[in-house]
Amino acid sequence: MTEAQIKEVIFKLLKRIAPESDPQSLGPDENVRRALDIDSFDALNFFIHLHEELGVTIPESDYGQMNTLSEMVRYLVKHAG
Amino acid sequence: MFWMPIKKHVASFAVRPNLLDYDETRARFSWDAIRGELDGLPGGRGLNIAHEAVDRHAAGPLASRIALRWLGSEGEIQDYTYADLSGASSRFANILKGLGIARGDTVCALAGRVPELYLAALGTLKNASVFCPLFSAFGPEPIFQRLSRGDARALVTTERQYRQKIIPLMDRLPKLSRVLLVDAPDHVADNLLSLPRMMAEASDAFTIPPTDPEDMAVLHFTSGTTGMPKGAVHVHNAVLTHYMTGKYVLDFHPGDVFWCTADPGWITGTSYGIIAPLLHGITNIVDEADFDAERWCRILESQKVTVWYTAPTAIRRLMRIGVEPRLKCDLHHLRLVHSVGEPLNPEAVVWGEKGLGLPVHDNWWQTETGGIMIANFASMEIRPGSMGRPLPGIDAAIVRRIDKDHVEEIRDPGTQGELALRPGWPSMFRAYLHDEERYRKCFAGGWYFTGDLAKLDADGYFWFVGRADDIIKTAGHMVGPFEVESTLMEHPAVAEAGVIGKPDPMIGEIVKAFVALKSGFEPNEELRLELIGFARKRLGSAVAPKEIEFQPNLPKNKAGKIMRRLLKAREMGLPEGDLSTLETSP
Repeated sequence: MTEAQIKEVIFKLLKRIAPESDPQSLGPDENVRRALDIDSFDALNFFIHLHEELGVTIPESDYGQMNTLSEMVRYLVKHAG
Repeated sequence: MFWMPIKKHVASFAVRPNLLDYDETRARFSWDAIRGELDGLPGGRGLNIAHEAVDRHAAGPLASRIALRWLGSEGEIQDYTYADLSGASSRFANILKGLGIARGDTVCALAGRVPELYLAALGTLKNASVFCPLFSAFGPEPIFQRLSRGDARALVTTERQYRQKIIPLMDRLPKLSRVLLVDAPDHVADNLLSLPRMMAEASDAFTIPPTDPEDMAVLHFTSGTTGMPKGAVHVHNAVLTHYMTGKYVLDFHPGDVFWCTADPGWITGTSYGIIAPLLHGITNIVDEADFDAERWCRILESQKVTVWYTAPTAIRRLMRIGVEPRLKCDLHHLRLVHSVGEPLNPEAVVWGEKGLGLPVHDNWWQTETGGIMIANFASMEIRPGSMGRPLPGIDAAIVRRIDKDHVEEIRDPGTQGELALRPGWPSMFRAYLHDEERYRKCFAGGWYFTGDLAKLDADGYFWFVGRADDIIKTAGHMVGPFEVESTLMEHPAVAEAGVIGKPDPMIGEIVKAFVALKSGFEPNEELRLELIGFARKRLGSAVAPKEIEFQPNLPKNKAGKIMRRLLKAREMGLPEGDLSTLETSP
C-alpha cells in the first residue's frame, strides 16, 4: 500500500468522525486530535477502523505513537508489510 | 453474576490507612474536628481555600516541597514548590485586583491542563473571586451558555481557543471585560491581554482579604434534563470536605505523590485535581496530554505515583493493552487506586488486582455534592460493582418521594429507590446560580435528591442502578439532551430531535440523536454527516452526538413532548412500558 493510499484512508475516516473539518489541510506534524477536536472515544474508533480498512493491527499501547499525520503514515507503512 | 468481595489484610499494609475502623470513625466524627485540622486565615479573618491549600504550607516546613509537577504533552516538566505556587498565585490575584475584578466576580478558564490554569484557580480564590472552569473540548454554544449564565467578568484562555470559539461570542457577552491569553507574548488590545507579561510585572506578595466560609468560591456548571446547564455554587467552606475526603478516602499521607487524571473542566479535576492534594501538602501530578496507555503507565512509574484517582474509561482502556501494566512498568510505589465518573464494572475492579497489582476503589459523588460522598475505603473490603459506603459526616439513604413534602426512606435491602443525602455537609452546593426554583426542587422532606437511582445492601454498601432522569453520562461527564436537541433544531433540515444516552461498554453512554426531517429533505448519509458536523461545530466533541438516526417522526406524549425514554427503550430493545400517553399517528 502506498503512502497516498494510506493517507486517503486516514482522511476518509477522519472526515467520518469530524465531517465539518478539512483533514487534507492538516500540517504533517500537527497534532491531529487537537486540530480536529477528536475526543478519546472517537480516537479509539479511528484506530479500530484503521485496522479494519488497512488490515494493520495497532495495539492500544501504540496509539500514542500516532499523534500526527506523518507519524501515522510512518507507522502504517512500517507495519503494513 | 456474583463477584466475591475483595478482602483486605490491613495489618500487612506498608502504610496504615487513616480510616481503620469505619463505624468508630463515623461515630466520633465531627466537622468541627476537621475544621480544627485546618488553619483559617491569620488573625481570624475567615477561611479561604487557597490559604489552606498553598499559603499555609509555603510559610512552613513544606515551602520547598514540590506542590505541582506539570508534565507537558511534548515531554516538558515544570515543577512548582509550595513557595513557588504561593508567589505565582499571588501574582495572578494581584492581576485580578489591578483589573478591578472584585470579590464575588466570576473568572472563567478555558484552556487545556496548562500550568496557568492552576495558578489562575488559586489566584482567583485568593482574590475572593469565583473560579469557573470550562472544559476545553466544549464548542462555542456550551461556552456561551456558561460564560453568560456565570456572569463571567474575566476569561483565561489560549489564543487558539479565543480565535476559534470566543471571538464570535464577544458581542453577546457584555459583562466579559477582560480576556487573558496564556500564550500571547504581548498585549493585543486593552481587553485582550498577555498573561505571561502581566505575571512578570505583577507583585508576588498578596494578602488574602477576609473570607467568610460561606463566600462563593467555585462555580461548576452541570447539565439538566429540561433546560440549559445549571451553575452549581460552591463556597470556601467546601474545603472541609475536600480535606476530609483526602484524608479518609484518598488516604493521603505525608510524602505521597498523587495523580488525578480528571480535567478541571469537570469538578473532579478541581476538587481533587487541584485542591485536595495541596491541602494535605503532598505532590500533585498534572499531565497535559489526553489518555495514552503507554504514556500513563510511564507516568505512574517515573513519577512514583502512590495514590491514583482515575476514571472507568481509562481503566477499561488499560484493560485493552493485553500486557498487564504492572508487567510493563514498575508500579511498586502505587498504594491505592480510585475511580469515579460512572460506576466501575466489577470486571474492571477485579482486573485492577491483576493488571495493576491493586484493586480499584470506586466512589460516588456529583457536581452538586462538591466532594466524594460514598466510597470504597482502603481498609475495607470492596464489593465489586458497589460505590461503597457513605463518608463519615455524610448520611445517605434510598428514598421514595410520596409527594412534594413527604419522603419515605426505603430500608429493605436490595430495593431500588432514589439516592438521597441529608443536607448540611460543607461542600453541598448553595445554589444553582440565578435559578432558585431548580435548586429548591432538589430538596424535599429533609433530603437532597441526587437524581441517581440506587440500592442499599444489608451491609450498608450502595449500588448504582441508573439515572432517574434523561441526563446522559458519557465518559464520566453529564450531557443534557435539551442542549443537544436545541442545537440540532437550528439546522434547516431538522423538524424534531430527541437525544438519548446509548449504552456503550467503553464510555458508559454515547450521545445519540434521533432526528425527523422537514418535508423536502431526504434522509441520507450526506445529510447525516452534515448534521454531525453542524453539531460538532457548535457544541464541540464533548457534547455533540456521535450517532444520528433518522426517523419519519418521533414518539410524543399527548402534550407533544418527545419521549426520550421510549427512544431509549427501543434503542436498547427493552419493553416499551406504558404507551397510553403515546401519540402514534404523525
